Order: sequence, then C-alpha cells, then structure tokens
Amino acid sequence: MTANSPSASPSTHAQHLAHHFESPAQQFDAAVQGMWLFLATEILLFAGLFCLYAVFRANNPEIFQHAHHYLSKPLGALNTVVLLCSSFTVAAAVRCAQLGRSRQSATLLGLTLACGLAFLGVKYVEYHHKWKEGLLWGRHFRLTEGEAATLPSAAGPATLPAAAPDATSASLGPPAAGDSAPSVASSDEPSATFRPMVLAPPGLRSPDEPAGVTTPQQQVRNIQTFFAVYFLMTGLHALHVLVGLGLIAWITWRTVAGAFSPLYFTPVAMAALYWHLVDLIWIYLFPLLYLIH
Amino acid sequence: MSVLNPTIVLDQPAPAPAGVNYLTHTRGLRSWLLTIDHKRIGVMYLVSILAAFLLGGIFAILVRTELLGPAKTIVTADTYNQFFTLHGAIMIFLVIIPSIPAALGNFVLPIMLGAKDLAFPRVNLLSYYLYLLGALLAVVSIVSGSMDTGWTFYPPYAIDSAHARFGGVIPVLLGVFVLGFSSILTGLNFIVTIHKLRPPGMGWFRLPLFLWSLYATSVIQVLATPVLGVTVLLLILERALRFGVFHPGLGGDPLLYQHFFWFYSHPAVYIMILPAMGIISELVSVFSRKHIFGYHFIAFSSIAIAVFGFFVWGHHMFVSGQSPLVTVLFSLLTYSVSIPSAVKVFNWLATMHGGSISLRTPMLYALAFIFMFGIGGLTGLFLGALATDVHLHDTYFVVAHFHYTMMGGTLIAMLGGLHYWWPKITGRMYNETWGRVAFVLVFLGFNVTFFPQFIMGSRGMPRRYFNYPPEFTAFHQLSTLGAYLMAIGFVIIAGYLLHSLFRGRPAPGNPWGGATLEWQCSSPPPPDNFATQPVAGDPYDFRALEYDPGSGGYVMRPSAGARPAS
Amino acid sequence: MSASDPDFVRHHGSLGHIVPLRVLALTLAGLLLLTVVTVGVTMVPWLDLGPAGNLWIALLIATIKAALVALYFMHLRYEKPIISIILIVTLCFVILFIGLSMMDSRAYQPSIRAYRAVDPTRYAPDVYNR
Repeated sequence: MTANSPSASPSTHAQHLAHHFESPAQQFDAAVQGMWLFLATEILLFAGLFCLYAVFRANNPEIFQHAHHYLSKPLGALNTVVLLCSSFTVAAAVRCAQLGRSRQSATLLGLTLACGLAFLGVKYVEYHHKWKEGLLWGRHFRLTEGEAATLPSAAGPATLPAAAPDATSASLGPPAAGDSAPSVASSDEPSATFRPMVLAPPGLRSPDEPAGVTTPQQQVRNIQTFFAVYFLMTGLHALHVLVGLGLIAWITWRTVAGAFSPLYFTPVAMAALYWHLVDLIWIYLFPLLYLIH
Repeated sequence: MSVLNPTIVLDQPAPAPAGVNYLTHTRGLRSWLLTIDHKRIGVMYLVSILAAFLLGGIFAILVRTELLGPAKTIVTADTYNQFFTLHGAIMIFLVIIPSIPAALGNFVLPIMLGAKDLAFPRVNLLSYYLYLLGALLAVVSIVSGSMDTGWTFYPPYAIDSAHARFGGVIPVLLGVFVLGFSSILTGLNFIVTIHKLRPPGMGWFRLPLFLWSLYATSVIQVLATPVLGVTVLLLILERALRFGVFHPGLGGDPLLYQHFFWFYSHPAVYIMILPAMGIISELVSVFSRKHIFGYHFIAFSSIAIAVFGFFVWGHHMFVSGQSPLVTVLFSLLTYSVSIPSAVKVFNWLATMHGGSISLRTPMLYALAFIFMFGIGGLTGLFLGALATDVHLHDTYFVVAHFHYTMMGGTLIAMLGGLHYWWPKITGRMYNETWGRVAFVLVFLGFNVTFFPQFIMGSRGMPRRYFNYPPEFTAFHQLSTLGAYLMAIGFVIIAGYLLHSLFRGRPAPGNPWGGATLEWQCSSPPPPDNFATQPVAGDPYDFRALEYDPGSGGYVMRPSAGARPAS
Repeated sequence: MSASDPDFVRHHGSLGHIVPLRVLALTLAGLLLLTVVTVGVTMVPWLDLGPAGNLWIALLIATIKAALVALYFMHLRYEKPIISIILIVTLCFVILFIGLSMMDSRAYQPSIRAYRAVDPTRYAPDVYNR
C-alpha cells in the first residue's frame, strides 16, 4: 500500500476520493460495508415486529387464522409483484450507472419510482377500506353490519354464555333498533359487548375453550390484536418505502444532472441496496399477513 | 507481537509547522460546528458528555439528599420518582453509553490506526448532532415533569401514567430513539474504519487492545441498538395511539415489552464496560512498563463478552413472570458471561506482576477499576443465582451492583483514559498532585456511597423507594455523605483540568511512554494526524522508548533495535 | 480517455462487479414464478398441511425469494465474504431474539389463559368494558 499523498492527480480519480482513503476501490468497498451494516440494523428493527407477530400468532393462532379474511390477497400479491419489478429496475439502474449510461439509468430509476408509488397507492386503498370498515387496532376495532353479514354464521343463538349482541358487534341476525338486544348472557354477566369477538365458523376453536363442548360456533376474541400487528408491520414498512422513494428521487435528479460516472456511482448503489431491503421485508410480510390459511 | 520480537519500526514524529495543530489551524464557530475532523468531533462530544454528567450528577445529589431521612425530606414522592428516573436515563443514555466510544474513541481510534480520519467523517458529525438532538429531547422531558416511570419505562404504567404534559414519556422516548441512531452510526463507522483503514504491519493481532474493545463494542451497538429503537417506537405508538401490543388492558403482553427492552439493555451494559476494559489494558501495560500479558486472551475475551452478552437478558426478568424454563436457562448462561471478564482481570494482574509500576493518576484509576469492577462483577453472581435473586431483585443490592460496574467500572476507566489522553487532546499537562488528591476523594467517596447499599439491599431496602423504615436511616445517611465526597472530588477534577488548559505545562509528544501510534504525533496532533503514514509495530513493546528529561516525555532510543521502515 | 467515454469501463475496469442483464432478468423471472407458487399453494386443497405446515412452506418460499434478491440484485454473490458474514450474524441474532421470546411466551400462556377463563372481559378489559 502506498502512503497517502495529497490528491494531485488531475484525473477524475481524485475528484471524489476523500483524503483519508487511498483509492476509489477502497472507498467504494468501505461504503458498501457501511451500507450493509446499516441494513443489518434495519433488519433488526423489523425483527422486533416479526417477534410481535411470532409471539401473538404462536399463542393465539385462532386470531390470525380468522382475521386474514379481512385482507385482500389479490392486492397483496399485486404489491408483491410491483416491488419485485421495482427491485429489478433499480438493480438494472445501478448496472447502467456502472457502465456510464446515465440516460438509461435515469429511466430505470424513474420506473422504480413509479412502481414504488403504485405500491403506496395500493396500500392507501387497503388502509382506506379498513378505516371505513372499522378494522383497526385496540379500542378502535369495530365490525360494521356489512362486514358481519358477510361472515359465515350459524342459525340460532350461541350456547356459550356472555354473548351479548350489540349493534356494532358481529352478531346473529339484525340488531334490535335502539335498545340493547335481548341478552343471552347469564344473569351475573355485565351487559358487556365483546366487540372484537366474532362468531367464527365451526371448527375454529381457541385453545382455552374446553374440549368436548359442542357449540355451533366458537368465539374468537381479541381480533383487534391482529390489526395492531398488521398496521404496525405494514405501516413501518410503508414508511420505509416512502424514505426509499425519497432517496431514489434524489438519485434520479442527480443522475439527470450528470453527477455519476463509472468512477463514482456510490450513492446510486447505496440507494439501490436500501430499496432492495424494503423489497426483502415485503417478501416476508406478504405470506405472513396475507397468505395465512 | 511477542516480547521476543525486536523489530520495532516506529516513524519519528514528523515535525509539524510550529503551532499548527487541529485546534488552531482554523478558527471560528462554523469551523467547529461544520467540522468533519474526528478530533474536533471527539472534543465536542467530550464537552457535551461532561455537561450531561453534570446534569445527571445533580439529579443524583438530589436523590441522595431526599434519602437523608425517611419520608419527605426535600421533595414529594412524585418529584422523587422523576429525580431517579432522570438520573438513570441521563446517565445511561447520555453519559455512560457514549462516553468512551464517542469522546475518547472518536479522537484516538483513527490516530491509533495511523489513519487520517474515520471511514465516514460526515456520518460522524451526523452522529454528534443526533446526540445533541437526543439530549435536547431529554431536557424537554425534564421540564415537562412527566418522567416518573424509572429509566426502564415498563408498561402498563408508562402507557397509563397520568403525567401527560408534552405527551408524557414520549419526548424522552423519542430522545432515546434518536440517541440510538447516534450510537448505531458511531458503531458502524468504527467497524468499517478498523476493517479498511489499518496501516501496513497492523494485522488483527497487532491492533492495540483498546481498538479490539471498541470493535467488540461497535458490533454490539450495531446489533442491539435497533431493537431498542423498535421497542421505544412501539411504546410511543402504544401510548399515543393505543395499539395494544404491550398493554394488557388492550389485549397486549407486558412481559413481551421486557423481553424487547432487555434484549438491548443487557448488551448495552457491555457497550459500557468493554471500552473501559480496553482503556485499562492500555493503562496497565504502559504504567507497568511491561508488555501486556495474554494479548490474545484479552482480545478474544472482548469478542466473547460481546457475544455472550446477548444470551443473558432474561436475568433482569427472573421475578417478572418469565417462565421457569427460560429463567433457568438465562441463569445458567449468565454465569458464562463472567468468565471472559475474569480472564481479563487475571491478565491485567499478570501484566503488573514484575513490572515497574508508576502510580501516576491514570494508573491510580486503572487500579481502582480492577478493585471496583471486581466487586461489581462478583456481586453480579449473587444476582444471577435464582435463589438469591428472588430476595435481592429490586433492592439496593442491585443498585450497588450496577453502580460498582458502571460507575466504579466505566466512569473510573473514562477518568483514567481522560487523564491519559488529556495531554494528547489538549497539549497540556495537568497538576499531578491535585490529580491524586481528587482520585482519593472520588475513590473513597464512591465506596462510602455504594458499599453500604449492598448491606442495605441484602437487608431488604427496596430500590426506587422514597420512604423507608428507620432501621435503614444510618446506611442512607452514610451513602449520602459518600455522594457529597465524590461530588467534591469531581469538582476538583474539573478545576485542575480546566486550569491546565490555560496554565498547564505544554505536553511532549509522548509523556507516558506509550508504544501505540497516537504517541508518535505531536501533542496536540496536526490536522491530518500524520504527515506520512506510520508503519505499525508491537503496540506493547516499550524497549525502544527512553525517558528524555529535557522534554519531559519519552523518545525513541537511537540505537535499540529500531530499523528504518522498508 | 475520460470517464464518460463509452469504452472507459472496458479499458479501465469497474468499481465493483457488473451483473449481466441476463442474470438480473432471470432472477426477476424466478422471483415472479415463486410468487405464483406461494399464492398457488394456498389455493390448492391437497397441499394444505395445516396451519403450522403451511407457515413453514410459506417461510421457505419467502426465504428462497429473499436469497435471490440478496445474491443477485444486491450483489451478495460477488461481494467479499465479510458482507455475507454481517448478514448471517444478524440473522442469527434475529433468530435468537424471536426464538427465546416465543419460547418464554408459550411457556407462560397457561397462567394467562387460566386468568382469562374466569371472566371473558379479562381478555382485554379496556376494549370490552366500555
């Protein structure tokens, strides 16, 4: 290795070479390493959310097996395809930048942007639907009559105690107007309304229901937890998509301005790595949230 | 790198133009605020961290003063809760975690590598500004009066707490998130620098042990801190939007929060202690004038501590409702983590044995570290054993344990390192006599503060309690007395260090006779650290150095085995 | 010859390996195919392995897709080993974290269930009691 010397070379080598690096190759290698370390931290960030998912699903499988009815598989699959294509376009854009083909690179980056925006558009559609239907987390969870009517339900009252139907909970038949419906709850039960509870198809039971009890329907409680996990995971992911789009937009602008060449395209490569991470996370989110069966 | 290897190749320090060093070569506020020079960033970190230490220390004094008597002494219980929460949060996130890596590591690491800067200088500056932002958010939370959950922010109280000004715990949680980012970026920077910017001749097993420890620390920072990030993010969303993943009232699992929190916070204590141990390795060797004993063992033990530290987080949760299966597993693993630490202590003692020990101020701190970290580490074993932990958990025994390790360990090592590298950073020597006086006060004060707490705790005094039965009064008062003694010691340190900036003797390039590369440049270093890149030799071979009374420092022995660089 | 010359890379070499376009396209094709497979598996009744089995199949397919993205789109195949080490070490710690947390939470579920079985509103009191 040669000693560091002040960059006196007139070639473009010196232009982007920081004073503490000896060669563009060393500088680029360092940048790649730094970026991968950063991606590792992002993986660990999402690991927390995957841990939430794993813990809640392992301990309350019935919630997850039921709640996926509320998600649209086609839209999820569409988003997956869109992101995969955007990964391809951004990888191809890096390749063009390495080869010095700025115009092609800019076009491909623009396509990546378009894909990313399409992804966010589909996400908006999904979120909007859930907001309207009251499919949210915590105390905000409520099922409207429309949703409730589409769920399979058996005729006749539930034989389990404490199913006090209410106008906004999934229930049997149309709710009584105004006053509370006749309660089949046992007398010592408060007139609590178990809103996040739905009457699920027969055969779907939660682990703590006693075996051997023949009821036409089981009750799945705490469905709002699924939506907490859903919104946290897809929300944080969407935030990263937004940041990624910002980075790519900035890189596109700089490409058009002619800032990159085969000797210096590091920002393009770094932005692309970030975008690929966003895609990687969705590759796991899609089956875990949308393809539960 | 063995003692028998005589090929020491050290460049003579290239003489910088008179008076030009990193402090003087540009002037003005902007040249500091927008600097990408790692030395200036290190100095800014040092000033900020010491300011945070002052703030955290004030809260500590307030806590101890309140505990002079049972029940209310100076403040209400509610205010007291805020005092200990703020003391803990400020000390952990703003002082102990960043202190050695950001303040000393930033300055020393590139120079020890013979490099001109860290791999990513602008990211380094960003790290510093994120630190400031996090500190600012912490200050907001002080003012809002909403920080009363303890520094661990356990739900459901953190979510339900009625203290809601400015959003309750949200500002400080945002601050912690931002600080986490700062920590991650620093760690990332250090890892890539050590990978890519080593000089010729410095393979992995010629790295100074301080750099091994910073490397291990940085690995922990990169792996663990993001989990803290997601934890505080989830807690913020839980409080603001009531998501319901941790709050049992909404169907969540509060113990899961503790798993998330401690997965970071246990490795965090190794972020705190590893760089401290690295400093001790340097100090013990230099001030015994003897090659470090067991270099490989110490290097590998740093990595071992970093790795094993990730396997033991559940030992903070033995009585929280964690299942017996996992509890036993964590207890067993906790014992494994003490082994590499013990390896280091044995190697330091073996280094000193037969050496020519000089009791300068940095060495005094190193010796105090070995004693106090020894106590702290051993008392951790009481807490790792399940039967005893049931009684000791959440008592003052725990408080004493972590203060002996974090303060008697990290802070003492930080002070030792500060005194060791002070001449290099500032170009001035401080008054050695006052250094020793202050050391005695700090050492005595520390032990008087915290040793009684072991006894109190084992007799049942709970931590974080505002009120206590009269039988503990004498212990508390003794502890508070020690705290005031320590505070005086710290004030004296601040006094003579500040004095040295104006009136201290100009420092030679190598006042202590260190063989690592930072002692080959002038004190303070020139802006680019080295005029030509030095070639590294054995960082613990002192035979080529001899004391020169004229300059008051060490210089290369003209004939002893030194060969010109090839 | 300046950097903007079309033959520059051929003469001077490039920073980092250049992935052939064919490889990128094949990778995309593989990814899309696997997406079809992973969705299709959920629609074919005779491939239903129960909730646990289906989950592992889905994760397996997702991991293959992730590997394709990482190896070819992200150049992992052509990078120095240190990058792969960073990724693998990270994944190990992710597995450690999720695994131990799951293990513990499953072990303490019986006590939670026993508590909740007493009164159904205990599932989520703030939600159920309004």
